[in-house]
Amino acid sequence: MSFSEFVADQNKPEGWNRPPKVEADGEGELLEVAMGPHHPSTHGVFRMDVALDGERVIRLKPVFGYLHRNHEKIAEGISYLGSMPFTDRLDYICPLSNNWAYALSVEKLTGQEVPERAQYLRVILCELTRIVNHASAVGFLIQEMGASGTPLMYAFREREKVLDLFEALTGARMMCNYMRFGGCRVDASPAWLDATRKVVAGLPKFADEFESFLCSNEILMARTQGVGILSPQLAVNAGITGPMLRASGVNYDIRKVDRYGIYDRFNFRVPLGDHGDVYDRFMIRLLELRESIKIVEQALEDIPVGPIMDPKAKIRGFRPKPGEAYGRIEAPKGELGFYLISDGGPNPYRYRIRPPSLINLTVLEDMCLGQNVADVVLIFGSVDIVLGEVDR
Amino acid sequence: MAVDEQLKIELGKQGVFVTTIQDLYNWGRRNSVWPMQFGLACCAIEMIATTMARYDLARFGAEVFRPSPRQADMMIISGTVTKKMAPQVVRLYNQMAEPRYVIAMGACAISGGPFKQGYNVLKGIDRYIPVDVHIPGCPPRPEALIQAFMTLQKKIEAQPLTGEGRPRHLDAEAQGEFPVPHPGEHDLEPTSNPGVWTVPVIIQ
Amino acid sequence: MKTVEEIKAAIEAAVPGAAVEIVPNPSPSGQHSLRIAPVHAFAVAKFLRDDEDLKLDFLSNVTGVDWPDKEISEKVKVTRTVTKTVAGVEQAVEETVEETRKRVEPGCLEAVYHLFSVEKKHGPVIIRMRTVNRSDLVYMPSLTPVWRSAEFQEREVWDLYGIIFTGHPDLRRLLMWQGFKDHPMRRDYVEPDDFEYEPTAHDQVLARARAHRAAKQNAAAGQEGTGAGQ
Repeated sequence: MSFSEFVADQNKPEGWNRPPKVEADGEGELLEVAMGPHHPSTHGVFRMDVALDGERVIRLKPVFGYLHRNHEKIAEGISYLGSMPFTDRLDYICPLSNNWAYALSVEKLTGQEVPERAQYLRVILCELTRIVNHASAVGFLIQEMGASGTPLMYAFREREKVLDLFEALTGARMMCNYMRFGGCRVDASPAWLDATRKVVAGLPKFADEFESFLCSNEILMARTQGVGILSPQLAVNAGITGPMLRASGVNYDIRKVDRYGIYDRFNFRVPLGDHGDVYDRFMIRLLELRESIKIVEQALEDIPVGPIMDPKAKIRGFRPKPGEAYGRIEAPKGELGFYLISDGGPNPYRYRIRPPSLINLTVLEDMCLGQNVADVVLIFGSVDIVLGEVDR
Repeated sequence: MAVDEQLKIELGKQGVFVTTIQDLYNWGRRNSVWPMQFGLACCAIEMIATTMARYDLARFGAEVFRPSPRQADMMIISGTVTKKMAPQVVRLYNQMAEPRYVIAMGACAISGGPFKQGYNVLKGIDRYIPVDVHIPGCPPRPEALIQAFMTLQKKIEAQPLTGEGRPRHLDAEAQGEFPVPHPGEHDLEPTSNPGVWTVPVIIQ
Repeated sequence: MKTVEEIKAAIEAAVPGAAVEIVPNPSPSGQHSLRIAPVHAFAVAKFLRDDEDLKLDFLSNVTGVDWPDKEISEKVKVTRTVTKTVAGVEQAVEETVEETRKRVEPGCLEAVYHLFSVEKKHGPVIIRMRTVNRSDLVYMPSLTPVWRSAEFQEREVWDLYGIIFTGHPDLRRLLMWQGFKDHPMRRDYVEPDDFEYEPTAHDQVLARARAHRAAKQNAAAGQEGTGAGQ
């Protein structure tokens, strides 16, 4: 069949899920502005080509690729375990959850079992990362509203305490490279667990403090309520996941749906938003922060003694049998998935990362059209992206 | 005419300070280096952590991070420079006013880092612009960034005002504008700037 | 959730003429996939999204895969009639000889879609589509009008692999710059030559660095030659 015949045979596509058309008011020209790649409020090197009619946004096209580091191509040339440090550098604010997503996918591919203590350690570290990420996300959002760094200092104060714990356990502040296929790399001593309990004991007070002086602020409420509304139907169809999806009212948290790891043993709630605006998104993050504190407290109480690595796990000469697997977790930014195709060799044949930040940006145009250009920065901040993940 | 150290201390106790123009000039310059807010990747998070309450960089004079290159003295290249981003980095460097300094933070900015083998990663930003201080690490600790800052301050302190080695803004023949690479069909054109970067010799 | 065979039967019942093939997955993950012919993909996708039992309203992941051309050498038994002298008499004798024949099995590009359901909370259902070859017949229908989340991911597959998605509202490059000419994630892509300084090279990088130095020496020798010749 030739190309023209092929195209003629296609059904006419439906257009209901395209961004709405916003008309300029006809007087004067549109001002085309490139916001980025070097911009104080974009979370990294990200560019938005915005066409403005006065202050209103008529058209918005995101441009990325400024941090495309060809991680997927590098992974095809090195072994499975060799890609583990590269996964740290994907979502660089929460490195340990990326490690878990990759380890989970490889464990699905090979059918390995993870011992109990390793599961508990994974949950503790991932939930601590979620707390740090949500606090930083809200801190950055407030800074972009003009608060000039102070809320971010509070968030980073807690982050430093948690990073001290990570450094004591794994040896590195940020790029921890801690999970392995079948368990974890290093065992946690009882002294480390006590230190974690102390840090976690101080976290509810931090959450109260953070919430109180932000949520009773009338400038914040006026600027964020009713801005950047995302409907639940569009959110599901556009593949949005994470706090952004739950802020629109859709009850889908992969920890509850897939029940990976040992999340079915913990008692925690999934907060949902009513309106899907910027205010809902950042309140959902603060509420999820509190739920994560509850999970860590429960995990620290129940953690058993035992091995942290599957005894049958092969480190050298790791060659999974041919096949493929798709594993996903609820990362702090959304659904982080890894799709691996193995051809029986030591390197993966295809290594694909499903980036939550890239897919959450699909609806940036829909949320920003018709709004003021000052709100674009807020809406973009509420999506909470990390360029390392968008561009890989 | 150099003044005796003992005499300087004695006069200092009486409230009279004696110095040279070079010391005074460089003291002013090195204690108020304002960086540009330029974070590319993971190292940017450590750079932000360095400016936060625990490892405060403002004590060393980097009081505010200016978003505009016209108002900044220093550019901290923190993170991987890709071939798509390299022209913008060189353009921003050209827009900074002299005296300007560059710190290449992290393995990716020095030589491409862990992502070196790739079709979109520039193997080190010193291919196009002159770099003053390199910080190894992936990512370097905040203390390493503070040490790099102090190294830069020592370098500024040692710069004479006349003669060989004087800073570029006092040198009429110094190159001010560096050519911006152009993204071609397969790669950046040119792949490096031979005036800035010569291939190091590998001794085997 | 239905098994892969039940889903195949449901698709074949709803979309007449749809050719659906089950691709088994030998790994312990048990995630078998369905291969669909590109001509029916749009109708199948709409059925999967709107069917009451499946309600796969959430497209999670679009992946491009490159299966390069394979050169297969087979040993084939060929029977030939040869005239031979047997016991002094010329006769026509049949003899069987083993020959090695080489043939090229054409490769293709593949797109893999992972579907989940937010309403029914089940999944994944994996569908795959293959192009005809890797050189000119690389088109397949875009599923962006069915699931909006395919918009950026299909642009990325076009950018890195070269599959043309017909019906996509805005098919441009996503990660590389607009003037870039190659499709970098293909298996036969050769990186541009900036291997001037490789201090710790080994394997492929060492080979490229040596090739780069040899090319530079040849260029320098060539220039000297012409300089001396003048």
